[in-house]
Amino acid sequence: MQTVFSIGVDALAYGMVLFVISIGLSVTMGLMRVVNLAHGAFAMIGGYIASYAARDLGLAYAVAVMLAVAGTILIAIPIERLLYRRIYGQPELTQVLMTIGITFCIIGIANYVFGPTLKTIPTPETLREPVSLGFRTVSSHRLFVIACGAAVALGLWYFIERTAFGVKLRAAVDNAAMAAALGVRTQVVYAVSFAVAVGLAAFGGVVGAELLPIEPYYALRYMVTFLVVVSVGGAGSIPGALAACLLLGAIDTTGRYLMPEFGEFFFYLAVIAIVWLFPRGLAGRAK
Amino acid sequence: MAMLSNSDTLSVTSDRRARLTRDAVGVLVILALGVAGYVLFPNNLALLTRITAIALLVLSLDLVTGYCGVATLGHAALFGAGAYGAGIAAAHFGITDPVAMLAVGIIAGSIAGLISGVVVLRAHGLPQLVLSIAIIHLAHEAANKASGWTGGSDGLSGIMPDAVFGVWQFDLWGRTAYVFGIVLLVVTFVLLRQIVRSPFGMLCRGIRQDPVRIRAMGGSVHGTLIRMYIISGAVAGAGGALNAISTQVVGLDSLSFTLSAEALVMLVLGGTGSLYGALLGTVTFLWFEDVVSAANPFHWLTIVGALLIAVVLFAPKGLYGSLAAYFERRGRKNP
Repeated sequence: MQTVFSIGVDALAYGMVLFVISIGLSVTMGLMRVVNLAHGAFAMIGGYIASYAARDLGLAYAVAVMLAVAGTILIAIPIERLLYRRIYGQPELTQVLMTIGITFCIIGIANYVFGPTLKTIPTPETLREPVSLGFRTVSSHRLFVIACGAAVALGLWYFIERTAFGVKLRAAVDNAAMAAALGVRTQVVYAVSFAVAVGLAAFGGVVGAELLPIEPYYALRYMVTFLVVVSVGGAGSIPGALAACLLLGAIDTTGRYLMPEFGEFFFYLAVIAIVWLFPRGLAGRAK
Repeated sequence: MAMLSNSDTLSVTSDRRARLTRDAVGVLVILALGVAGYVLFPNNLALLTRITAIALLVLSLDLVTGYCGVATLGHAALFGAGAYGAGIAAAHFGITDPVAMLAVGIIAGSIAGLISGVVVLRAHGLPQLVLSIAIIHLAHEAANKASGWTGGSDGLSGIMPDAVFGVWQFDLWGRTAYVFGIVLLVVTFVLLRQIVRSPFGMLCRGIRQDPVRIRAMGGSVHGTLIRMYIISGAVAGAGGALNAISTQVVGLDSLSFTLSAEALVMLVLGGTGSLYGALLGTVTFLWFEDVVSAANPFHWLTIVGALLIAVVLFAPKGLYGSLAAYFERRGRKNP
């Protein structure tokens, strides 16, 4: 029972981290139709900035998180303007090559600047103590992560479904040319969504650093995980992405607990099975 | 049909002769480069043999990506299957005749091609890409896990190929392996030229340009792509087997995502949809890698990334495509 419970908590926390990081990818992919393999690299940049701020500069955790989000967005803006702009609407292969090139560059630079070792982000005291739920105690960090994921999901839902910007965003996702003709400034919509996506990636990278440790090959190692979430959930769908994250988080965590010697074998097997069964994603629409 | 016939028109005798001449020139150029490599870099034959093996992988990727338009990041699975197939045959079953090892590699590669073709072609776009990445990771984990057969992360050693046809012994300098590789490459190249220009190859190009139209014409899109995937697997398997025979060890890196991605980089650098482009890209990339990583191994990944971005921005047709376009323009200016 204890095992089932801790698997459940860990799976939920892992799924929420995946959700926070990949939801931005899902939204931008649905909006801009760019296969962005470099998304994990932005999460990694966020993790590095937070680690530098909290460990080397000794700043508070909350400040480090904010710095990481802001810093990553600052780094991402020129990349978007100079490189991503040119691949909107291009064939998939071109997009894959460009974004994988960006990923390789970021990995190489991170390796050069920060070295090949694992980076930790020191968490404040309150997040390190276990919390009693009455019948069980759980790590408060896990609870914090789960709460962050839930907050992001709710916030995004409100942002997309209930605000004026969300209306424009959905219009641009459905038909960018038509939205532009009706006076929606799609360039602004694109830029804001890209910034939000990158910021969320950085946030997820920092919050989830205990589950997905920050190191130079982070971007490559979890690239497939983030892409899987999007393709399983269906690009642009928040409920789809949430369902995919929780499902994949559960599969991966259970596999690690019960059969650690098989590594990620079952995870990839599940990925193939799920994509095989739902080639358009759980909540995907026909093209 | 107009879009299919603009580059290749069938059944014109003089045209066919011109193409045969061009193929002969291509083969001669490969042979000349092979001989030049042998004479100029006698101490570097291991690198040249590796280039030959990877060239087979990139050619096979070109068949799928360049001719059929299937974007895949898991093509090393086919190469690795060939390498492990040949290696396991030699290390566990005592099949040490190099030609037999090659045959085993080709069969293993074809089977891997069939499997990954069936899986990858199930979806389109992003899910397709995800499937291909999942395949290569799955193959990597499986090979790592089955260490009794594959040697796991230590690599599979104990591969001792016999002399080729009982005459040419594999020597310390890798001369036999090199000649073996070049002959294999030339034979493959000639066969592939025939395949890509056959009606089957034309059908594949048609599918890349417009699958709906091919289906409307009565062609089987899925069946054709699967067949091309099997051929591609055979070629990649031959490359893997060559790698196993020449280095006498098979490592997990032959089943890695990085190798898949690098093969794609080489193909795009050279130019997709052209066998010459694939060869040019491989030679350029691996030669460049050798030079740069000898100078500074640390920045290799950064440079590959920058190279990739530069190719996408400035030479989207690849080296061969850009060169061909340049000469065509010049030819038109002063006839």
